[in-house]
Amino acid sequence: MNLDQFLIMRHELLLIGVVLLLLIAEVFSKSEKKHFMIPFAIILFLLYTIVGFLPAKTGVLFGGMYQTSELVILFKNILNVAVFIILLQSASWLRKDINHERISEFYIILLSSLIGMNFMISAGDFLMFYLGLETATIPLTALAAFDKYKNKSAEAGIKFILSSALSSGILLFGLSILYGTTGSIYFTEVAEKLVASPLLVLGFIFFVSGMSFKISLVPFHFWTADVYEGAPVNVTSFLSVVSKGAAAFIFMVILFTVFKSLSNMWGDVLYLLSILTMTIGNLFAMRQKNMKRFLAFSSIAQAGFILLGIMGASELGMTSVVYFVLVYVFSNLAAFGVVSVISDKTGLESMDDYNGMYRTNPKLSLIMMLALFSLAGIPPVAGFFGKFFLFTSAASKGYYWLVLIAVLNATISLYYYLLVVKAMFINKNDTPIAKFKSTFTDRLALIICVAGIFAIGFASPIYELIRSLSFGF
Amino acid sequence: MNILALFIIIPILTIIGILSTKDHRGTRIVSAIGMGLQLITSVVLIYMFYAERNAGNHADMLFMVDYMWFESLNIHYLVGVDGISVAMIALTSVVTFAGVFASWEVKDLPREFFISLIVLATGVFGFFISLDLFTMFLFYEVAVIPMYLLIGLWGSGPKEYSAMKLTLMLMGGSALLLVGLFGIYFNSAPNGGQLTFNILEISKITIPMEAQRFFFPFTFIGFGILGALFPFHTWSPDGHASAPTAVSMLHAGVLMKLGGYGCFRVAMFLMPGAAHELAWIFIILTAISVVYGAFGAIWQKDLKYINAYSSVSHCGLVLFALLMMNETAMDGAIIQMISHGLMTALFFALIGMIYGRTHTRMINEMGGLMKIMPFLAVCYVIAGLASLGLPGLSGFVAEMTIFVGAFQHPDTFHRVVTILACSSIVVTAVYILRVVGVLLFGPVRNDEFLKLTDAKWFEKVSTVTLILAVAFIGIVPIWLSDLIRLSLKPILDQLSSF
Repeated sequence: MNLDQFLIMRHELLLIGVVLLLLIAEVFSKSEKKHFMIPFAIILFLLYTIVGFLPAKTGVLFGGMYQTSELVILFKNILNVAVFIILLQSASWLRKDINHERISEFYIILLSSLIGMNFMISAGDFLMFYLGLETATIPLTALAAFDKYKNKSAEAGIKFILSSALSSGILLFGLSILYGTTGSIYFTEVAEKLVASPLLVLGFIFFVSGMSFKISLVPFHFWTADVYEGAPVNVTSFLSVVSKGAAAFIFMVILFTVFKSLSNMWGDVLYLLSILTMTIGNLFAMRQKNMKRFLAFSSIAQAGFILLGIMGASELGMTSVVYFVLVYVFSNLAAFGVVSVISDKTGLESMDDYNGMYRTNPKLSLIMMLALFSLAGIPPVAGFFGKFFLFTSAASKGYYWLVLIAVLNATISLYYYLLVVKAMFINKNDTPIAKFKSTFTDRLALIICVAGIFAIGFASPIYELIRSLSFGF
Repeated sequence: MNILALFIIIPILTIIGILSTKDHRGTRIVSAIGMGLQLITSVVLIYMFYAERNAGNHADMLFMVDYMWFESLNIHYLVGVDGISVAMIALTSVVTFAGVFASWEVKDLPREFFISLIVLATGVFGFFISLDLFTMFLFYEVAVIPMYLLIGLWGSGPKEYSAMKLTLMLMGGSALLLVGLFGIYFNSAPNGGQLTFNILEISKITIPMEAQRFFFPFTFIGFGILGALFPFHTWSPDGHASAPTAVSMLHAGVLMKLGGYGCFRVAMFLMPGAAHELAWIFIILTAISVVYGAFGAIWQKDLKYINAYSSVSHCGLVLFALLMMNETAMDGAIIQMISHGLMTALFFALIGMIYGRTHTRMINEMGGLMKIMPFLAVCYVIAGLASLGLPGLSGFVAEMTIFVGAFQHPDTFHRVVTILACSSIVVTAVYILRVVGVLLFGPVRNDEFLKLTDAKWFEKVSTVTLILAVAFIGIVPIWLSDLIRLSLKPILDQLSSF
C-alpha cells in the first residue's frame, strides 16, 4: 500500500491535521489571549472545508473496512458546511469570559466528533462503522456537559452518555448476532450471505433499535429533549443537524446495501416508526415553551419525514434523503442561529420572550420565520422542495396513505411553527427583547443559512448532482 | 420576453420597490404603480390573446413557455394560458388593484402589509398560468401562507384564531391535494415511459380507472376546501370576518376561485371517468353548500359574516355548475367565478369602508347610511343587486346560464337538486334586501354617525374599478362567453369521452 492511497482518506486526515494544529496552537498560546483561537480555528476549518470540495479520489482501503464514493464525499462536504456554520454561530458565545479558558477545548472536542462521523459514514464494515459511531458519540457527551456551571448541562451530559451507552450496547448486540449468522462483518459479504432466519431477524431488530436511538426515532427518543435543552445551544444544533444527519445517512446506506434482501421487512418497520415519530414528535412539540426543547421535538418529527425517503428504497429515495438533509442543515441552523444569538445577548430562551420581537429586531424575526417555514415545508423556501421529494419517494412505492399521514403531520407541524411566528409578529408585548446589534460572525452565519434556504430549492442542478451519485435497488 | 413571465416579475419588482421605500406614502404609491402595471399587462394579455385567436391560432394553450426544472423527475416550469385563465388573470388584476386602494390607509407596518398582499397575488397569478402540477402546487401554497400574517396581524376580532383555522384548514386541503397529485403523477404513464406532471400530456392518456376512483376524491376535495365545499367551508366565514378589507377582497374574490379552477382543470380534466362516477356525491355536497350558505347568511347580523356565507353559497354554485358537466352550465360556472369575484370584492371593500367610519359591522346598530354617505350607499346597492342577480349586472348572466345548463339534464336527480339550488336565489334576495333596507334606509340610529364623511378619492378608485367591471360583464356577457367557450371545448371533449 503506497502513500498515494491515503489520499482516499483525505477528509479524515486533513481533519486530524486541523485538530493537531489546534492542539499545538493551544499549547503555545498565552492564557490571557485565548480568544485568538476563535478566528484561527474558524479560518483553519474554512480552508479545510474548501479543500474538501476539490475533486477527490474514491476507492477502498484496509481491505474493505474503509470505502468512499462521490456521494459519501458530497455528504462529508455537507457536514463540513454545517459544522462551519456552527463554528461561526458559536464564536460570540465562546468569547464570553466564562468560556475563555476552554475555547480550544470546544473546537478540539467538536472536531474529534466530526472525525468519528466521517469514519462512520465511509465505513465498509460493521467494525469501522461502530468505531466511527463511538468516536463521534463520546466527545459529544463532553460537549453536552460543556456549561459545567449549569446543572442542566451536566444532567444533559449524563443522560446522553447513559442512553448512548445503552443504545450502543443494543446495536453491538445486534451486530454480533449478524456476525454470528453470516460469519462476516463486511457489508458486501454480509449482504451476500443474508438469509432470513429468526436469529438474523432478531439481530436486525436490535440493529434498528440501536440506530433509532441515535437518530432519536419514537419510541427511542426519550433522551433527546432533555439533552437538547440542557446542552449549550450550539452543541444542540450540532446534535440535531450534524449528528442526526450523519446517522441517518449511514443508516440508509446500510439498509440499502446490507439489508437489501430484507427490504420488505424493513419497509414495514420503518412504516410504523415513521408514523410514530412524526406524530408523537409533533404532538409534543406543540406543547413546548422553551425554544430549544421546541426545536428538539420538531427535529424528532423531521427524522420521521426522513424515513419516508428511505422507504422509497430507490435512487429517488436516496437522493431525496441527502437533499433533505442538505436543506435541513440550512433551515435548522438558521433557526438555531437565531435562538443562539438571542440566548447569548439576553439569556432568554422561552417562546413568550419572543413576543413582539418583530418590532424591535425585524431582521432576526424574518430569518426565524423563513427558517420555520422551510422546516414546515412552505414554498418558496427550500424546505418545500425537500419535503416534496421525500413524499415523492414514498409515493413511488405506493405508500399513499403514509404520504397522507405525513402531509397531515406537516400541517400539524405548521401549527406550532406558526405559534412562534405569531409570537414574533402578532403578539403584543410591553417589554419585547431590546434592539441589539449582532456580531459579524453571527450575521455571516445567518446570511449563509438564508442564502442556502433560498437558493437550494430553486437550484435543480444540486438535486441532479445528488441524483447522479445516488444508488438504489 | 414572454408576456406571462411579467405576471411573476412585476410583483417581484414591486416588492423590491416597496423594500426600498422609506415611508408609508412611498409604499402605497409603489404598490399602486406595480399593481396598475399588472392591470395594464392583463389588458394587453387579453388583447394579444384575441389577436392570436383571430390570426387562426387554435391551440389549446397560448403563449406557452417550457423550462426543464428537475430533469430526473420530469418537473417543468411550464406556463400557458387559455381563455379561462386569461379571464381569471384579468379578475385577479382588477381585484388586486382595487385591493391596494382599499387598504390605502393601513397605518400599522404598511410595508409588510403590501408585501404580503402582493406575495399572495403572485401566488394566484402563478397558479392560473401554470400547466405543470408541481409548479401549480407550489404557487397554490405561496398564495395560502401570507394569509396567516395578513389576518393575524392586520385583522380584527378573534383574528389569531381565525388566521390559524384558515391556514391549517387550507393546508390540510393541500395535504389531500398533494396525495391526489402524486396519484396522477405515478399513473401518468400506464404503458411505461416517462412520468409527467404536465397537464396537457396527462390529459392525452387515460389514467387507469382504479386509480381515478381512488385519487379523484383527494384532488377534488383538496381543491374543494379552498372553494368552500360543504362540510369543509368552516374556515371561510371566520377567516373573512377577521381579515382586513383588502384581504377579504382578494380572498373571497380570487383565492376561493383557485379551488373551482383547480377542480375542473386538474380533478375533472385529468380524471373524467371518476368525475362521472362520483359526481353525484359532490353534487349533493355542493347543493348543500348553495342552500346552506344562503340560509346561513340570513341569520347573521355582522355584515362580513353575511357576505362570507353568501360567498359559500355562490362558490358552491360554481362547483355545482362544474359538476353538471355540460357546456352551458360550465360556461355559467366560469362566468359566476368572475362575477362573484368582482362583486364580493366590491362588497368587502364597501364593508371595510363603512366599518372604517362607523367602527361597527352590526347591521342593527346602523341605519340611514344613504343620507350620510350616499356614494358608498349607492355602490352597496349596486353590489347587492348584482349579487341577487338583477339583469344588466354580472350575477344575472352567471346564475341564469348555470340553472339553464343544469336543467338540461333530463333525469330526476339532477332536476331535483337544480330546483333546490335555485331556491337559493330567493333566499339571496331576502338577505340582500334586508341588509340594504336596514343599513341604508330608515332613520339614523346613532347621532355620532351624522358627522361621518363620504368616500375619499382612493376609495372611489377602488369601488369604481370594480363596479365598471361588474357592469361590463353584465352588459356584454357575450364577450366573456366568447373568451371561455373555445377553451372549454377540450375539457368538455375529455368529459364526454366517458
